[in-house]
Amino acid sequence: MSPMSDPTPAAPPPRPTVTEAERDELRRQGILLTSLQELYTWGNSHSVWPLNFGLACCAIEMIAASMAKFDIARFGSEVFRPSPRQADLLIVSGTVTKKMAPQVIRLWNQMPEPKYCIAMGACAISGGPFKQGYNVLKGIDRFIPVDIYIPGCPPRPEALLHGLVQLQEKIQGFKLTGPAAPRHLRDDLPCNCPVPEFGEHDLEPPANPAIWTAPPAIVRAEKA
Amino acid sequence: METPEQIRDRLLARFPGAEITVVPNPGTDAQHSLLLGAAHARALAEFLRDDATLRLDQCSNVTGIDWPEKEIVETTKVATPDPANPAGPPKVVEQKTKRLQLGCLEVVYHLYSISLRHGPVILRLRTGNRTDQAAVPSLTPVWRSCEFQEREVFDLFGVTFHGHPDLRRILMWDEFADHPMRRDYVEPDDYEWEPTPHGTVLEKAKAHYPAPPPAAVAPAKGATP
Repeated sequence: MSPMSDPTPAAPPPRPTVTEAERDELRRQGILLTSLQELYTWGNSHSVWPLNFGLACCAIEMIAASMAKFDIARFGSEVFRPSPRQADLLIVSGTVTKKMAPQVIRLWNQMPEPKYCIAMGACAISGGPFKQGYNVLKGIDRFIPVDIYIPGCPPRPEALLHGLVQLQEKIQGFKLTGPAAPRHLRDDLPCNCPVPEFGEHDLEPPANPAIWTAPPAIVRAEKA
Repeated sequence: METPEQIRDRLLARFPGAEITVVPNPGTDAQHSLLLGAAHARALAEFLRDDATLRLDQCSNVTGIDWPEKEIVETTKVATPDPANPAGPPKVVEQKTKRLQLGCLEVVYHLYSISLRHGPVILRLRTGNRTDQAAVPSLTPVWRSCEFQEREVFDLFGVTFHGHPDLRRILMWDEFADHPMRRDYVEPDDYEWEPTPHGTVLEKAKAHYPAPPPAAVAPAKGATP
């Protein structure tokens, strides 16, 4: 039982702890000391299989990252899956038009948990150079929870690899229990995102209010 | 290649009842165009395609233009006899007349001849108005390459092409009701958050922003009492 659920956490017995240095020393002697959580997140973070899915010019950089020169296989993500049922990572690589957005969200809903989302490039983050257009979604995070944002137009393959390593670090920080646990290990958070409908003037709704609220605007004082 | 005036004269000789106007282009390119009446447009286009000296076998581009209703103010000088001095010079009064130029939608076709290596010949078709008579005859049966581009004009300008084999929206979704390339199109208001708004975007974004705090009155530098 974890100390969190104990109603009287007055005097928890001190646990024998092993420091990092002691554990490394044990590893050098051939004794592997680990925890289930560490093993779980280690396995998760080193086999992040992306969905074989590209939207625009950022996808070209994503393809370059998977080829021999940049070789995303070094980080365990070389297996681009052609089916969302087998994929762990949705790399939103490029401009999401409003006509394409429901299909992207549907792909996300078809992916099994644990799943992660990378918004690659200016368009996927905010609409990019098409931000003021009527037909481009101003950021995929209006409908899908995004784990890692990679700025750039397009980002270089190194940036994608850096984003992937950051995602791995994020996964390695996950807890298996408690309120810090990721979405797929909790009952109170939904795993699916509602798919918007095509409306007469815009997507309906234009954003998912459960996961997206507008950041506070920078309002300067008016000049006297 | 023949000039647009020569083409117009030959077309009028062949189709006596057709309405054909040469629309001059005052620019340096001087690409004058032929404005065709809707009634004979299909027959004229087939003639341009099959004529031995023109043989315009490729339509490279179809696009649309929106001409909204426009109020034109014309100033005319009217000379009236001066009632105070009938023998003297007449009084010149400037009269301003307003007239409403009706709006329309225009479709422009750029034609080339691949076999004779000349072009472009530019055709224009105009709809009756922008609302209930927004239709022109389709030229897809004449040039197959018009099919997708006429669909695009239908999608973005709202021009109906009579005789088009498959007239559907091509870029926007089928449920979409507006025509985004029209000048009176109002885009969806998703300016909730703009990182660096300026210009017209700033005006739109301001509607979502909280009211700015009143400017603090800064003491003037070096103003010591």
